[in-house]
Amino acid sequence: MRRGYRTSIVYILLLAIALFLGPWLSPWGEEHIDWNAIDTPPSLMHWFGTDGSGRDLLVRTMAGGRVSLTIALLATLVSFAIGLPWGAIAGYAGGRVDQVMMRIVDGLYGLPFMFLVILLVVFFGRNLYLLFIAIGAVSWLDLARIVRGQTLVVKNAMYIEAAKALGVPDPWIVTRHVVPNVMGPALVYATLTIPGVIIAESFISFLGLGIQEPQTSWGVLIADGATRLHAPWQLIFPATFLAVTLLVLNVAGDQLRDAMDPQEKGVRL
Amino acid sequence: MTRFIFRRLAFALVTLWLVVSAAFFLIRAAPGGPFDGERRLPPAIEKNLLASYHLDEPLPVQYWRYLRMVGGGDLGPSFKQKDFTVNELIRAGLPISLGVGISAFLLSLLFGTLLGTLAALGHNTFRDRLLSGLATLGLAFPPLIVAPVLVLVFAVGLAWLPAGGHTGPQHYVLPTIALSLPYIAAFARLSRIGCLEALGLPHVTTARSKGLSRRRLIFQHVLPSAIVPVLSYSGPAAAALLAGSMVVEEVFSLPGLGRYFVQGAINRDYTLVMGTVLVYAALILVLNLLVDLLYGRLDPRVRSEMVVSND
Repeated sequence: MRRGYRTSIVYILLLAIALFLGPWLSPWGEEHIDWNAIDTPPSLMHWFGTDGSGRDLLVRTMAGGRVSLTIALLATLVSFAIGLPWGAIAGYAGGRVDQVMMRIVDGLYGLPFMFLVILLVVFFGRNLYLLFIAIGAVSWLDLARIVRGQTLVVKNAMYIEAAKALGVPDPWIVTRHVVPNVMGPALVYATLTIPGVIIAESFISFLGLGIQEPQTSWGVLIADGATRLHAPWQLIFPATFLAVTLLVLNVAGDQLRDAMDPQEKGVRL
Repeated sequence: MTRFIFRRLAFALVTLWLVVSAAFFLIRAAPGGPFDGERRLPPAIEKNLLASYHLDEPLPVQYWRYLRMVGGGDLGPSFKQKDFTVNELIRAGLPISLGVGISAFLLSLLFGTLLGTLAALGHNTFRDRLLSGLATLGLAFPPLIVAPVLVLVFAVGLAWLPAGGHTGPQHYVLPTIALSLPYIAAFARLSRIGCLEALGLPHVTTARSKGLSRRRLIFQHVLPSAIVPVLSYSGPAAAALLAGSMVVEEVFSLPGLGRYFVQGAINRDYTLVMGTVLVYAALILVLNLLVDLLYGRLDPRVRSEMVVSND
């Protein structure tokens, strides 16, 4: 089982190196137009072929991946910044505060968030910052629940009781004792939010509402490829990269989670 | 129980009001308007246009007018498609979106649960590993990847099914598959875990030791408790399916609700966007309520909680 996890890490490292160093090694620029090669299939000159404007698809795919992954990482950080304190405070405070805070989380689950994100992004300018802040701001709910659950466990530990007996103020206990101890599971669930966030970004960009030309992302490339099916490589390369990346992140997240929860479940019938 | 339903409905109404208000003020706060074109309109015409849509009134007045209108079931005229009201557009688009959405939901629920149960019953065998592997794989294929690839293979390549249009059932096959694939995977995973947990429950062990037939054991004792995690995910899954239908409608050019929403957002068709968001929100809330009620039917512990929370 551990093997899959290690493979995932190697893949992600290789992907990151390719995305950030690759364009620098390639003879073609991100927006460079090769007038002799418009809509050409993969060749030695252009390994992934070219798009309808004669731009090298390998370089475009790498540039798009850079944007997709950067947004995913930043959005996950935003969701972390909201979900971690929210869950920790709710869990630690307990009682009324906990009930109200978790009720809010429950209520937010029922909202059509994707639609509000789209409105936000469309109306207030399509830029990277807004996109990741908006996506992050709607994907912290799961994290808040996990952190709250963990906080409830940690809360009754001896060291917390000792801190309380010594008269340590509550904010200090939460930041110094609770948060560091729930960080592990929270990080694991953060890796599980990354694929979801990547899908959200691709989804918005696919609809033509997110990243705009000349900038690109995997969602934009797939949307472009979907309208140019006479040149299938324009769909297949970015789609494969997105799918493989999602798969690897899902597998890594699953295994991390299983490693933290060693309980063997179920019997054979 | 009735009081529980009423309370949830009241809660849903408040949520709807919040969604409408958020959408209303978000749109109005944004730069640009529905009548911004290539060329500036002559001031007199612009003034008349704004007046005929009541856009010249102060914001609170407009807001109150809109709320009253929506309360009466009228979503107003579309700002961009001038011959249509939003009600008409939604009436045209909703059946198409619901058709794709419901069939995708049922397909993923039934097929996913079936696969998950099969995997759990063969726990740690080759079948289990194969099905679990496929489920993990399926999660990596959101509709925005699957839909264009299906068009490429089955419509362009093999020419078995149409790539677009919405007149016959054959037009719904590819959209439904594209939309349901990741949810089949998700439901399979959930029902597998649910089944494995149910198989370890004391009453299942008792039933088995009493010599119950395998079929009765599975259908009467294992599945009812295994289905609970599946059910609790179906609310969020339905919401995600509705959002995913936007992509599918775009790829297969189905004139559904999702397309109206996306077009409305791009064109700043205020009333159309708010109308579609409202319908989506209402659908999601109703689905969540249904799931909660079903939950109560299946899990007596939840039911007693509903009764207790009434007092």
